[in-house]
Amino acid sequence: MERIIASQPETQEYFINMGPQHPSTHGVLRLVLTLDGEIIKKVEPHIGYIHRSIEKMCEHDSYQQIVHLTDRMDYLSCHINNEAVCLAVENALQLEVPERVKVIRTIIAELQRLSSHQLWWGVMGMDLGAITTFLYGFRDREMITDIFEETCGARLTMNYNVPGGLMFDIHPNFQRRTKEFVKHFKKKLPEYDDLLSNNIIFRQRTIGIGRLSKEDAISYGVTGPTARASGFSCDVRKHHPYSAYPKVQFKEILRTEGDCFARYQCRMDEMRESLSIIEQLIDNIPEGPYKVPTKAVIKLPKGEWYQRVETARGEFGVYIISDGQRSPYRLKFRSPGFSNLSALDHMARGCKIADLIAIMSTIDLVIPDIDR
Amino acid sequence: MTNEALQHFITERVPGAEVQQGVQFLQAVVPSTKARNLLIDLRNHPETRFDFLFCLTGVDYPPDHMMVVYHLKSTEFGHQLVVKSKIPTRENPETDTVCDIWRTAEFHEREIFDLFGIRFTNHPDLRRLLLTDDWIGYPLRKDYYDPVNMIEY
Repeated sequence: MERIIASQPETQEYFINMGPQHPSTHGVLRLVLTLDGEIIKKVEPHIGYIHRSIEKMCEHDSYQQIVHLTDRMDYLSCHINNEAVCLAVENALQLEVPERVKVIRTIIAELQRLSSHQLWWGVMGMDLGAITTFLYGFRDREMITDIFEETCGARLTMNYNVPGGLMFDIHPNFQRRTKEFVKHFKKKLPEYDDLLSNNIIFRQRTIGIGRLSKEDAISYGVTGPTARASGFSCDVRKHHPYSAYPKVQFKEILRTEGDCFARYQCRMDEMRESLSIIEQLIDNIPEGPYKVPTKAVIKLPKGEWYQRVETARGEFGVYIISDGQRSPYRLKFRSPGFSNLSALDHMARGCKIADLIAIMSTIDLVIPDIDR
Repeated sequence: MTNEALQHFITERVPGAEVQQGVQFLQAVVPSTKARNLLIDLRNHPETRFDFLFCLTGVDYPPDHMMVVYHLKSTEFGHQLVVKSKIPTRENPETDTVCDIWRTAEFHEREIFDLFGIRFTNHPDLRRLLLTDDWIGYPLRKDYYDPVNMIEY
């Protein structure tokens, strides 16, 4: 016995394939883990299982068609993605959209952010072993998707934005139902805290896990709540305001810890800010047209435009190079998930496999957004 | 730093650079051989400090050249800049990696290699990222043709 303890046991690194079909990767993401016992030495993401080459498709499509393709990337922020392309086209054409459009776009974008965060909160709890949160999250998200269905006709991929404005005006019930939802959800948010935020098991699994420093966050190009939890001030709504954001009061949520719990808290606080933005705008939707007419075939002048928006996951950028034709010469989507995923290896080194699940949940990956 | 000062900063280091004010950002086109040193300076110089590479992509310009486009922002000063590294060939295009300057470039350069076929020298792990390893051709090149999967317009 003494001899066994005295001699160093020999260990060997080994590999585990996590995914492509693993419930906690939220889609077809494959991670090859290099492990020493249960300690992670390296995480190598293998992506592209649902790559559709949207950028190549865009090179043949008209600008109106491109808007519809962006839904299929980050399907939880589809309205915000649509807005990015529309804003880029409007910028290039120097088209000023009516105030009404800006306000409606902002309200729906914030509702979208809320619904995305609710889904994230639900599945994050589920990843860590609490099924209840999933049902609670989806219960409240249902109210938002109902509002979307009434106004846009679709619950998930809405296609509500078009270059020049909105596809059609809001439903007469929109304001009433949104206010009902805000009232309802304000009561339910403390429930979220009771269930998960103050849960001792949850806190032990997230506090101090998967730290990311501010310098690394910037270097890895991490954006969104994931970066703001590390103290990197990168909220596009504050730094490069668009639509109705210059008119509303809200705080940019910043934390300094950079661990899983900070990322969690960042998103929870963001939900409160989103509610406040909606409250400020919902009674002040200006009257006016919901669209300015554009030509049936939109041709951008020669040049380059980069338009960034803040989706639920971070900075989404549309980089258009136009040569004056009806479709772009080159179009690049800078997706937030792609850069956020690249930091996963850095965050997970030295953690255990169970911690990796928590880290992945708090990065909030949407795979079609990464694969495009 | 103002755009004029930035323009001066770039032309001082790369004499042949074409610097012009675009619609949104200042744009600098530099030869690919000089891009890496310029980018290191832009990242580290106390007056520029471009520490945030928010977009990195390639563009194909047949018949004679390709571009790697770097969108840079300084989180400290808030100024922004676009650097375009011009590779004067489409046959085995090559340029230096920047993934030791900005870690995010590691993934982005793999994507560019995958879709454009631009090789990044000294990249630690240059493999295809989105497509399968046995894929033939580089889909985002303008002359790419796939008889099976492409819809003709």
